[in-house]
Amino acid sequence: MTILIKNGVVFDPAQGIDGEKMDIAIDGDKFVEDVSSPDEVIDAGGRMVVPGGVELHTHISGGKVNAGRIMRPEDGRKGRIPRGKLTRACSGFSVLNTFATAYTYARMGYTTTFEAAMPPLVARHTHEEFEDTPITDKGALVLLDNNWMTIEYAKSGDLDKLAAYVSWMFNASKAYGIKIVNPGGTEAWGWGKNCSINDPVPRFDVTPKEIIKALAQVNEDLGLPHSIHIHCNDLGHPGNFETTIETYEALKDIKSSSDRQVVHATHTQFHSYGGSNWGDFESKADAIADYINKNDHVTIDLGVVMFCDTTTMTADGPMEYSLHTLSRRKWSNHDVELETGSGIIPVAYSPKIGVNAIQWAIGLELALLIDDPWKVVLTTDHPNGCPFTFYPEIIALLMSKAKRESMLETVSKAVDKRALIATIDRELTWSDIITMTRAGPAKILGMSDTKGSLKVGADADLAIYDIMPESFDPTKDYKTIEDKLMRTVYTIKGGEIVVRDGEITATPHGRTFWVNPAGKKAEAARDGMLEDLERMFRDYYTVSMANYPVQDEYIPHGVEIRTEVN
Amino acid sequence: MCVKEVILITGRTLKQGSNLENKMSDAYFDAAAQCEMNENLLTRIGASVGDAVKVSTRFGEVVVNAEKDDGLPDGHIFIPMGPWANAIVDPDTGGVGTPAFKGDPANIEKTDEAVLSVKDLIARYREG
Amino acid sequence: MAAETVSNVVCPLCGCLCDDIEVIVEDGKISNVKKACPLGKNKIMGHDRIKAPMIRENGEFKEVSYDDAIEKSAQILAQAKRPLLYGWASLICEAQRKGVELAEEIGALIDTTASVCHGSTVVGVQGRGAPGCTLGEVKNRADLVIYWGCNPQEAHPRHRARYAHSVKGMYRPNGKKDRKVFVIDVRETKTAKVADEFVKIDPGYDYMAFSALRTILAGHADVVPDTVGGVAKEKLVEMVDAMKSCEFGVIFGGMGLTQTRCRYKNLENVISLVDELNAHTKFTLIPMRGHYNVNGSGHTLAWLTGYPFAIDFSRGYAWYNPGETASNDVLLRREVDAMMAIAGDPGAHFPGESLRHMAKIPLIQIDPYANPTTELADIVIPTAVSGVEVDGTAYRMDGVPIRTRKVVETEYLTDEEVLERILTRVRELKGGN
Repeated sequence: MTILIKNGVVFDPAQGIDGEKMDIAIDGDKFVEDVSSPDEVIDAGGRMVVPGGVELHTHISGGKVNAGRIMRPEDGRKGRIPRGKLTRACSGFSVLNTFATAYTYARMGYTTTFEAAMPPLVARHTHEEFEDTPITDKGALVLLDNNWMTIEYAKSGDLDKLAAYVSWMFNASKAYGIKIVNPGGTEAWGWGKNCSINDPVPRFDVTPKEIIKALAQVNEDLGLPHSIHIHCNDLGHPGNFETTIETYEALKDIKSSSDRQVVHATHTQFHSYGGSNWGDFESKADAIADYINKNDHVTIDLGVVMFCDTTTMTADGPMEYSLHTLSRRKWSNHDVELETGSGIIPVAYSPKIGVNAIQWAIGLELALLIDDPWKVVLTTDHPNGCPFTFYPEIIALLMSKAKRESMLETVSKAVDKRALIATIDRELTWSDIITMTRAGPAKILGMSDTKGSLKVGADADLAIYDIMPESFDPTKDYKTIEDKLMRTVYTIKGGEIVVRDGEITATPHGRTFWVNPAGKKAEAARDGMLEDLERMFRDYYTVSMANYPVQDEYIPHGVEIRTEVN
Repeated sequence: MCVKEVILITGRTLKQGSNLENKMSDAYFDAAAQCEMNENLLTRIGASVGDAVKVSTRFGEVVVNAEKDDGLPDGHIFIPMGPWANAIVDPDTGGVGTPAFKGDPANIEKTDEAVLSVKDLIARYREG
Repeated sequence: MAAETVSNVVCPLCGCLCDDIEVIVEDGKISNVKKACPLGKNKIMGHDRIKAPMIRENGEFKEVSYDDAIEKSAQILAQAKRPLLYGWASLICEAQRKGVELAEEIGALIDTTASVCHGSTVVGVQGRGAPGCTLGEVKNRADLVIYWGCNPQEAHPRHRARYAHSVKGMYRPNGKKDRKVFVIDVRETKTAKVADEFVKIDPGYDYMAFSALRTILAGHADVVPDTVGGVAKEKLVEMVDAMKSCEFGVIFGGMGLTQTRCRYKNLENVISLVDELNAHTKFTLIPMRGHYNVNGSGHTLAWLTGYPFAIDFSRGYAWYNPGETASNDVLLRREVDAMMAIAGDPGAHFPGESLRHMAKIPLIQIDPYANPTTELADIVIPTAVSGVEVDGTAYRMDGVPIRTRKVVETEYLTDEEVLERILTRVRELKGGN
C-alpha cells in the first residue's frame, strides 16, 4: 500500500528538518522518496508530522509488571474500557494490561517500545506478554549484572569468557541489549543487604564498578548496537549524585564500537540527589547536567516524576524494600536465582511533600540544563516516575515557562530553596522534543537506520498531531499541547494506519528485535564458558540447561539482528 | 456410637493425587472414599479399619470407609479432597470465593449403609 | 521399534514443575517414566481416555464428531446470558489466552482452580504484597524452611529433594544438615515426620498464631497468652528466635491457610510477618501452588485482563471481586446459566451445593479424562494431554515459566484448537455484535 502525506509541517531532527512544510511518502512498510498514484492521500493541513515515538525504557512486559498487576486490582479499576470492535478490554492506570499498553502508546503516537528489564530466567514471560501487546515494535533489555557468571568473570577479568556468556545469554533470552541495575546490590539483596559502587559484593569480593566496566568493555568488544544501559547504584538516596558521576567517570576510557555513547544512564532524575538525608535533600541536576554537557560518552533518560499514585517496579530489590519501610505500603519482592531480583511497591507522589516536589523539579531541570537534546531522552521510567500518559503534560512543562510557573504555585515551597526549576528560563522547541522522543533514542539504541526518522529507507512509523506549528505558540498555549499530544490524528506503523482521530483502526502484531552477537569475539571462549555454565545449571539452578533458552516459538515476530566482530 | 462435633479436614494425599486424572477407577475410590481418624476415635465409634462410617454436617451426609492415622489428634477426621468430602463441606466462600474445605464441624458414626460409587454419588445431585 | 528416552521432560502435574523427567517411548507410546514422583509418573503414563466427543441425549452419552460437539457448545455459549468458563489450571498458557478471548467475546465469567485453592493467597497479596523469590534462592541460601499448612510429602513429593530440604545449594553444600525445617499443621502429617520440628496448632488458629509471632517479634512477648491455638508461648518465642537468627528463611504456605477460618486474612497476616522479619534478616514466602499451571493461569489472566482469577466480563470490561465473582459464588447464587469446565474438575472439587446447580444447567466439559464432572456434563470434548502430547508454557509455583514438551503424537485436538473453533463459531453466531 502506498500513502502520501501532504502539507505536513515536518520535524525530523535526524535529517535536520525543523518545521518544514513537505510531503512524506510511504511504500509498503518503508518511507520512500515519492509515490505516484498513492492508494491513500492524507492531507495533514499544516499539522505536525513526526516520526513514530521511540520509548527506550519502559516497564510493560514480564514478571515484575505482572506482579504489579496482580497486587493492584485497585489500579486496574482506574482504567476500565470495554472491548470494542477491534480492541480488547482494557484496564489499568499505572499497571496496564497488555492491550491498554499497546493501544495507549499507539494513540499517543509511539511505535517502538523497549521493555527496560528482563530477568533471563523469566524471559519467556516477557516474550509471551510481547505477543499480546500489539502494534508497537519491541525489544527487551536483559539483566546481566548481578548474575553469578558475570560477577565471577568480572572478578577474574576473563572478558573473553564474559563475551561468550553475554552472547549465549542474548540468544537464550532473545535480548536486544545489556541492562545493569544496582550492580552487585541486587545480589547482596539475596541476603537482605545492599552495596554501593565501591563495596565488595558480599561473598564475591568484586566491586560493582568492576562489574560495570567489564560489561561495558564486552558490550563494545561484541559491537552491540546499544551501549550498556545502567540504573546506577544508590538510586533514590540523598547524596547519590556522587555515585552517579563516579559511575560515568569509570567508563570514560572505554572506546565505543560505533557512533554512539558508551553508557546510557537511565531515569537519571532518581540519581541526581544532593543532601545527606530527607531533611536537607536537594537537587543536584546542575552537577549532573554539567557533567553531561562536558562529556560525550554518556547519554541519559529523564525518569520524570509527576504527581499521582503510581506503581514502582525495578530490579533494585533493596531500594524497593526501603521505600516500603518509608511508606509501609504493600510490597512485593521477587529475587531470581543466580541472576537478579525485583521489588514492586505503590508510591504516591504528592505536590505537598517537599521531597516529591523536588523530585518533580529535578526531572525537568535535567532536560532544561543539558544543552544537547541528543543526549537526553524523555522518559518517566513508566510506571516508576508516573505513567507514560503524562508525556503531553511533561512536554508542556518543558516547552512553557508559564506552565511551570503555574504549576509551581501548587507545589511545596521546598522547591524554591532546594531545587533550581524556578530559576530556569529555557523553553524547549519542537525540534528538541522530537529529538528527545524519536531521533535521540533511536540513535542511542543503535537503530537510527530504521527508527526515529522519516528518511528514505526507515520504517514507515509516523505520527500526525492536531497542532499547527506555524501558528502555534507552545510557550503560551500549553493546554493545547497537553490535549493534542494525547491522541494523534494519525498513527502509522510500518506503513499501516493504526490510529485515526485517536481511535485504533488496526492491531497488527509488532516485531520483536533481538540481537545475536556472533563472530570470533563472541565464540572464542565459548567452550570454557559453557563448562562454567553447565556447572551452574548442574549445581545451582533449579531448571535444566536444556529447558532454559527461550525457544523460537516465543518470537513468532522476531527480527534477528546479527552482529559479528572478528 | 455417634461422635458429635469432630473437626473435618479435607486435603491432598499421594494416592488421591496419583489418580487425579483417573477418578472413575477403583484406585481413586480406594484413595478418596475414606475417612482417617486415630485409634481413639475408631474405638469410640466402634469401628475397625475398612468399616463403613457415615460423616454428616449441616450440609449433607456421606458414607466412606474408615482408615487409621494416629497422626490425627483426638476429635479430628480427615477425608481426602474429592467428591465424597465435598458432599458435606460448607460451601460458604468466606468473602473470597473459597468454600470451607477445612475445619467444618461434623458428626461421625459407624453405619451399615453402602459407600456410594462416584457415579452414584454425583447422580444424587441430579435429583435436585 | 527401539525404545527412545526423552530427557528434560517437564512434569505436568503439580506446582513443582520438575523439568528433569525422563520418558521412555516405544512405538509412539509411553512405556515408562523415570525420576518423577508417583503423582507425575501416573500423569505422564496416562490412563484410559475419553475416546470421542459425546453429547448427552435422554440421560445417555452418544458419541459424536468434533464438529457436532463444537457446534453445540458454540450454540450454548453464544446464547447464554451468564456463562462461566472454569478450570484452566492443567493446560498450557497458549490455551488459557484463547480462553480469555472467548470469555471476552461472550461476556462470560472466567475463573480458575485458584478460587478453591490459593485464591486466598492472591487476595492476601493484594492486601499486603508478595515478598517472594524463585525456588533456586531457597536451594542456594535457605537455612530455615517452614512448611505451614501444607504437606509436600503427599502433594509436592519432590519439593524437599529438589528445592528446599535435602537439596545441596551454593551456600548450603551439606543439604539437610545446613537447614532446619519446621512443619506447622493441625495433625502430624508425613511431612511433619521428616521435619526437624513439628508444631501442632489447633484448626482455625493460624491467624492468632501469626499475630502472636508478630507481637513477640515486635518485642511485646509479655502480652501474649500462655498458649495460642494450642501452641505454647515458649514454642512461639523459640520460633521467633529461629526466624530472626537465620540467614535466609522461607515460609511455604498451603491450603491450611487458604481454606480455613479467616481465609485470606491468614495470608495477610503471614505476609505481614514475613515483611516484618525482613527488618531482621532475609525472609520470603512462596505459596505451594497445586496444579502445574494454575500459576500460569493467574499470570496469563493478569496480563490480558488486569486480574488473576474470578473475572466477570458481562459489562464488556474485566470486573474482579472474589466473594462475588468466583465460581462457587455465582453457582451458589444460581446465576450461571451455562458452564464450561476445561482442565479443571469441579465435579470432584466443588461443594455439593454447587453441583446441584451445575446439574441443572448446560455443562460443557473439555478434558482428556472422564471424571466426576463428566457425570454432570451435557457435552464432552476430549483433548490432547498438555505437557505430554502438546508443548507449551507453564509457570512454576515461583513464577518461573518453563516450556513443557510434546513427548508423543496424538490424534486428539488440542485445547487451543477446540477453543479456537468454538470462538470462531460463536463469533459467527453473534454476527459481529
